[in-house]
Amino acid sequence: MRKLAIIATVLALAAPAAFASGGEATASWQQWHAGNALGDRASLQRGARNFMNWCAGCHSLKYVRYQRIGTDLGIADDVMKANLVPPGAKITDYVVSAMPASLANASFGIVPPDLSLITRSKGTDYVYRFLKTFYADAAAATGTNNLALPGTAMPHVLSDLQGVQQAVFAQDGQFEKFEDGVPGQLTAAQYDAFVRDTVNFLEYAGEPAKLSRATIGIWVVLYLLLFTVIAWLLKQEYWKDVH
Amino acid sequence: MGNAANSAAGSSAATGGLRAWLNKRLPIDEFVQSQLVGYYAPKNFNIWYFFGSLALLVFVIQIVTGIFLTMNYKPGELTAFDSVEYIMREVEWGWLIRYMHSTGASLFFVVVYLHMYRALVYGSYKAPRELLWLFGMCIYLALMAEAFFGYVLPWGNMSFWGAQVIVNLFGTIPGIGPGLVEWIRGDYGIADSTLNRFFALHVIALPLALALLIVLHIVALRQTGSNNPDGIEIKAKLGANGKPLDGIPFHPYYTLKDIVGIGVFLMIFAIIVFFVPTFGGLFLEAPNFTPANALSTPEHIAPVWYFTPFYAILRAVPDQRLGALLMGLSVLVYLFLPWLDRSPVKSVRYRGWIWKLALLVFTVSFLALMYLGLQPAEGRYVTMARIFTTTYFAFFVLMPFYTRIDPVKPVPERVTYHA
Repeated sequence: MRKLAIIATVLALAAPAAFASGGEATASWQQWHAGNALGDRASLQRGARNFMNWCAGCHSLKYVRYQRIGTDLGIADDVMKANLVPPGAKITDYVVSAMPASLANASFGIVPPDLSLITRSKGTDYVYRFLKTFYADAAAATGTNNLALPGTAMPHVLSDLQGVQQAVFAQDGQFEKFEDGVPGQLTAAQYDAFVRDTVNFLEYAGEPAKLSRATIGIWVVLYLLLFTVIAWLLKQEYWKDVH
Repeated sequence: MGNAANSAAGSSAATGGLRAWLNKRLPIDEFVQSQLVGYYAPKNFNIWYFFGSLALLVFVIQIVTGIFLTMNYKPGELTAFDSVEYIMREVEWGWLIRYMHSTGASLFFVVVYLHMYRALVYGSYKAPRELLWLFGMCIYLALMAEAFFGYVLPWGNMSFWGAQVIVNLFGTIPGIGPGLVEWIRGDYGIADSTLNRFFALHVIALPLALALLIVLHIVALRQTGSNNPDGIEIKAKLGANGKPLDGIPFHPYYTLKDIVGIGVFLMIFAIIVFFVPTFGGLFLEAPNFTPANALSTPEHIAPVWYFTPFYAILRAVPDQRLGALLMGLSVLVYLFLPWLDRSPVKSVRYRGWIWKLALLVFTVSFLALMYLGLQPAEGRYVTMARIFTTTYFAFFVLMPFYTRIDPVKPVPERVTYHA
């Protein structure tokens, strides 16, 4: 009984804050949470589409193969080839951006980072906040700036979807709130879902094994539980002789 | 099964068959008899006595997973990081092997720290077990080196900068420091040659040293016999069979009991590996998912949690050279424990309030320093680190005095055991 209690405690303590709710406009942007769910396969598939359409032009996922994405997310090879694998690339290729480093350097002054591990090094919340806090800034070379990564060299490539919001700062330079600027094709809720799906896909890309490891883990722990109970009963039987 | 083993080992002069053939050439039955069935351990072991066998288990896990990692890991500044991701994504069950190895590293220190703390609480380092303690300390020091080299191998940015900080500590040694640092690195900075030699030390030199030290540790243990929660020498009271009255055969009693401990431990191990392998950034740190970059320093360079008590001491001292010296002493001071402790009593159960208070101060100091080593070195964190550094060393430096005046209680003749 006590052992069970210990295990339950460990489980409770160890459970990651996977169910943190999605952030909303009322909270300060630093409190926004991605709130994505790796178990949502449709969301992962939409995220993969979003990434290939909007990110892959400049950013690579150099540790991920197109085919692995298809297998893991349940997208058939021919669908992958028709929609997500760029012309000239094979389905067994790694997701490498078509943009040569020299061109990227000339355009942005920086080679856009590989995003394979971005959610692991910076966290999903960071990526979510980054994609949602672009704002118009006439002083920036790209015309926009970002709250999560001030001075970013990345232009707001999603401005067609989100539009370009205005940021209101207090006199001491503290960010106060966002105001509507140039509207985009998506409503705020639609854009939020777009970003969440994309972050979800990037979390998957950061650790493909994450899709399955918890499911396997439950069986491993159950097996060990059974093993331990039997081992304990055996030990009790033998230790009856010790006085 | 236990009885079978008993009788089989008892009749080691078996006359025929493969067993006799083998025993003529290799003393198998003799070994089982002297080391397992005929080796008597105190019957009053409590939960603190699981961690020795668990440490051995983790050692085996690290060796086995390490062998499989080595099959795909490629040391080298251009290949290391990519090969780890290759293991995580493309090698069949590679992620499991890697997470078992990274979790094993942290849990190795968990069980070793608990094992050492047990020795402290029950006075297991005191005569006649001084050498046993020293071998144990050598294992601990080798383990620290092993863990540090292993931590550098994934070649993440925290690996790189952690290596920078630790290796530079040797630069504070007067005179030979700078040359020594260059010799360790094999280059003017942490570089390809550093990574390669750390790999060599991690996969062969230190595991070999560890294996040898573990054998010595266990042989020394078999010579003196285990201490126990009462701190009584069970060999002082022998029964008619010449065996300790308060002892029971290691096998089957403790082999079976240890298996229960192993089951519980593996459950915790599996929960971490499958559900929280990074353990909130404590076992695998987020900045280490970015490749090593000599031009980009992580915001806070902190070692992995098991080194942070000593790291906090290093940073608590304003003078870097003195800080490095104190840090070294804070690790090595345990070597002197058997001679610092002048108490006539081993176990905390029969010691007086002074020792109990000192032990509490030490426990709080160690845990506080562990926490502080993970925080940035600024403001009140530094002040607190200084206070706890003082109390940490006071525990050891004042030990010869307070253990002599500690009002100890009479130690009973026989161990306390409730079936």
